[in-house]
Amino acid sequence: MSLDPATVRRIARLARIRVEDAAVPRLQGELNNILGWIEQLSEVDVEGVAPLTGGAQIALRMRGDAVTDGGYPERILANAPDRAGEFFAVPKVVE
Amino acid sequence: MTYTLEGSTGSWEVVVGLEVHAQVISQSKLFSGAATDFGSTPNTQVSFVDAAFPGMLPVLNEECVAQAVRTGLGIGAHINLMSRFDRKNYFYADLPSGYQISQFEHPIVGAGAIEIELADGSTKKIGVTRLHLEQDAGKSLHDQHSTKSYIDLNRCGVALMEIVSEPDMRSPEEAGAYLRKLRTVLRYLGTCDGNMEEGSMRADVNVSVRKHGEPFRTRCEVKNVNSIRFVQQAVEAEAKRQIEVWEGGGTVLQETRLYDPSRGETRSMRSKEDAHDYRYFPDPDLLPLVLDEAWVESLRAELPELPDAKRARFMREYGIPFYDSGVLVAEQVIADFYESVATGRDGKMAANWVIGDFFAGLNRTGHSIENSPVSAAALGRLLDLMADSTINGRIAKDVLEAMMDTGEDPASIIDARGLRQVTDTGAIDQAVDAVLAANPDKLAEYKAGKEKLFGFFVGQVMKAMAGKGNPALVNEALKNKLG
Amino acid sequence: MFSDLSIVEAASALRRRDFSARELTQAHVDAVAALNPRLNAFITETPELALARADAADAALAAGTAGPLAGIPLAIKDLFCTEGVRTTAASRILGNFIPPYESTVTANLLRDGAVFLGKANLDEFAMGSSNMTSAFGPVANPWQRAGSNAVLVPGGSSGGSAAAVAARIAMGATGTDTGGSIRQPAAFCGIAGIKPTYGRCSRWGIVAFASSLDQAGAFARTVGDCAVLLGSMAGFDAKDSTSVERPVPDYLAATKRGVRGLRIGVPREYRMEGMNPDVERLWQSGLQWLRDAGAEIVDVSLPHTKYGLATYYIVAPAEASSNLARYDGVRFGVRQDGVDLIDLYERTRAEGFGDEVKRRIMIGTYVLSAGYYDAYYLRAQKVRALILKDFSEAFARVDALLTPTAPTGAFAQGEKMDDPIAMYLNDVFTVPASMAGVPGMSVPAGLDHQGLPLGLQVIGRPFDEETVFAVSQVIEDAAGFSAVPQVRAGA
Repeated sequence: MSLDPATVRRIARLARIRVEDAAVPRLQGELNNILGWIEQLSEVDVEGVAPLTGGAQIALRMRGDAVTDGGYPERILANAPDRAGEFFAVPKVVE
Repeated sequence: MTYTLEGSTGSWEVVVGLEVHAQVISQSKLFSGAATDFGSTPNTQVSFVDAAFPGMLPVLNEECVAQAVRTGLGIGAHINLMSRFDRKNYFYADLPSGYQISQFEHPIVGAGAIEIELADGSTKKIGVTRLHLEQDAGKSLHDQHSTKSYIDLNRCGVALMEIVSEPDMRSPEEAGAYLRKLRTVLRYLGTCDGNMEEGSMRADVNVSVRKHGEPFRTRCEVKNVNSIRFVQQAVEAEAKRQIEVWEGGGTVLQETRLYDPSRGETRSMRSKEDAHDYRYFPDPDLLPLVLDEAWVESLRAELPELPDAKRARFMREYGIPFYDSGVLVAEQVIADFYESVATGRDGKMAANWVIGDFFAGLNRTGHSIENSPVSAAALGRLLDLMADSTINGRIAKDVLEAMMDTGEDPASIIDARGLRQVTDTGAIDQAVDAVLAANPDKLAEYKAGKEKLFGFFVGQVMKAMAGKGNPALVNEALKNKLG
Repeated sequence: MFSDLSIVEAASALRRRDFSARELTQAHVDAVAALNPRLNAFITETPELALARADAADAALAAGTAGPLAGIPLAIKDLFCTEGVRTTAASRILGNFIPPYESTVTANLLRDGAVFLGKANLDEFAMGSSNMTSAFGPVANPWQRAGSNAVLVPGGSSGGSAAAVAARIAMGATGTDTGGSIRQPAAFCGIAGIKPTYGRCSRWGIVAFASSLDQAGAFARTVGDCAVLLGSMAGFDAKDSTSVERPVPDYLAATKRGVRGLRIGVPREYRMEGMNPDVERLWQSGLQWLRDAGAEIVDVSLPHTKYGLATYYIVAPAEASSNLARYDGVRFGVRQDGVDLIDLYERTRAEGFGDEVKRRIMIGTYVLSAGYYDAYYLRAQKVRALILKDFSEAFARVDALLTPTAPTGAFAQGEKMDDPIAMYLNDVFTVPASMAGVPGMSVPAGLDHQGLPLGLQVIGRPFDEETVFAVSQVIEDAAGFSAVPQVRAGA
């Protein structure tokens, strides 16, 4: 499997990373180099193997239903690059 | 009668499936300890977890899991003892982490069904494919500023149940009936308040059309419809649009659309088009959710009686007809109210009074059943006063009106207004004599064979007695006098 | 005077009031000021906070309420959120981020009285093995090759932490390890470093790279000091769903257990073709030291070792591509304006992330994308299961494994920069333990022919850090590693 320039652009778009047209060939080469190397996994026999999804081999713990957090809007908003009063602000989104 | 839409090439069948997002009733959010109340000051119910600050981690709320299990049990669905949380990746202003934690491959609840009732009295089973838990997003406000959108994360992270139906509905009516029934079940269970105006229940409507006997054609998803009426309108509008496309030689494209109620039409949501590839994968911050079967069974044991079961019992125990029982179980509060009126009394009579004069009184005075001036106990006492002939039915209607207006007890209204039924035969005979004396021409007609006039005399006697005469005794007295 | 003290020694001396915490901290603050311009080990220095904490430690020592780490000056990898102190993850995108909360691990250290000298440099978002990807510039390894003044890398990603401890400008440091980010820089800088079992230290408040692999750990100049630090850092945390609820043993006591009667495995797949002879020789010495101390050396097989790296370079970027989606310029961090929201995202992230981070996000995005998930991500998870099975089977036969930490000693800044895969190969010996979630420790054990330190790695069973410490201590004692870097405080 090897990436063409259109796929590189599509991936960049999905990842919301702006890629200038001039940078596409270099990126394409780097990504294909890595993907080609990763390709070696196709030689492993994984027939019947259950995937390992996480780092810990335990069941999920649950917490009780109580309000223990929140209520500090100033701390939530303090780092915001742009805010309008009690809101975060972004360029207008048209649906 | 099957619902069809007529096009230029003949009639079309409509196929509808619904994805309902039901906000879970819980104190705190699905993965954070922030509060879930509706309508709070912006960004006050937000933790660093909800705002996806660096290094923040989700911890699952047990009550939200219990609510999903209760809902699954309530629709007779399979509970998956092993489920998992996945990340659904996409960028959006009100999705701080850039992914929604959802359940993609292994939902907590599997297949179930909901039985709906249609206007002609028939019933139909609508399959539920699955129910899974996921996070709600925040809110973007687009109308506060000319060039900016404002973001409020209060709702972000509140638990949702996504309840996906099979494409089993064939008309707007069926879609509406399904939503109403689902909402009733959720409210009975106490797992979602079903309030579509506040957005705690929202529907995505999948619509396609086909000629009879055909396999399914391409469907479109109409997103985020926020009332049952709009869902019904959206089904029809979207189906008609698709018929036009097909009949015009075109092809319906699978896409996401929005319903515009002011224009009565759906339109394409192009802004979401390039966000297709959600790159689901198991959330590595969370481990598989393993439920204890005994815990599930304990939740099952605590389930309330649900509308279908309650309706069957009402019909059986109180002898009330199918339609009336449906009205009475539509809301848990109504069912509870009815049952406390009916207990130890004539159940049919109780049903008639609750559905008839009581509901009319609530309507007239602008009350809901929750803040009714007339309690179930008071209505029960009114029925008792009829049963023991303290008042008759005609007077009881007036007394109930007075109860609605004043909130007073029926007995004190009856006493204060002197409405007690007259059973003194002397007084009744006197009234009968007076009426017959005052209407010699009518009496002559009656005697000549116009027996219909008996009712006229009854009415006149009752009127003379200000409605308080015991109807049976009045009848008896009249029969005696008229021979 | 303070530069060769261990944490264990300093803690006793502070209790004896041989010197004050303020004196100890001041000496380290001064050393940071003197050497950091050369090393670039710290992104943010916090001397005032450090001295205030030292004064508090002195008060606690006087009152008899001092915690086990009272007055001990540490470097904190700039991936741990520290309340009120800028936390950057060595990325432009977080260049102005001031966390309003303290990570669980650093809060534990503060509870025990530790003093924080500042935030240590690292590879951007911990993605790297050389510390070359930091937006705040590379870190210089305090070691130099004999007869050369080429600046070497400290390894990565926790390069600043390792360099600071090796140069004696911090007594210990926190690190995080996703595929070798503690063990490899420890080896490159000639110090000890432990990555505990996944789930042992809370991840809460640590900027996430790859959630199923990230694990906090400790650097120090001795095995015993690592034991003391980890004992403070570790513990159950209800805020991390992957944190494991089990008591933290006395790790320092475990260092004194010895290895008599233990079975130590030598995984044959780690003996790779063209292996560096210095590394090979040191490995053999390590095995001999353990044999001499009464351990039995056992040949074992970890058949999927060679697939560890490729598996890692699917799993870690996939998780990272999702974990780093939150850096979008909306709620915190550095924003680049755009004509609309998507443009804002794309510019913010293009400007905010460095090349390696962008590469990994794109690889991760690709391997999770529709049509490729099964071929890449799902397959990698299955291979990961096989890697775990390898370890489980080996640990049915042996108590611990001994391997080299890295294939070579430190390389020069600028080397291996053209080829990401050559860089990735640095982690070939450390990645498998990360994939399996088992504990691993690097112990400095000798020098290569250029005079650069090399480390040996001890790998243990899940949650058996005690045996890892016991084995590591025997190696430390036998190796008698006393070489010091050219750049160091007190030199």
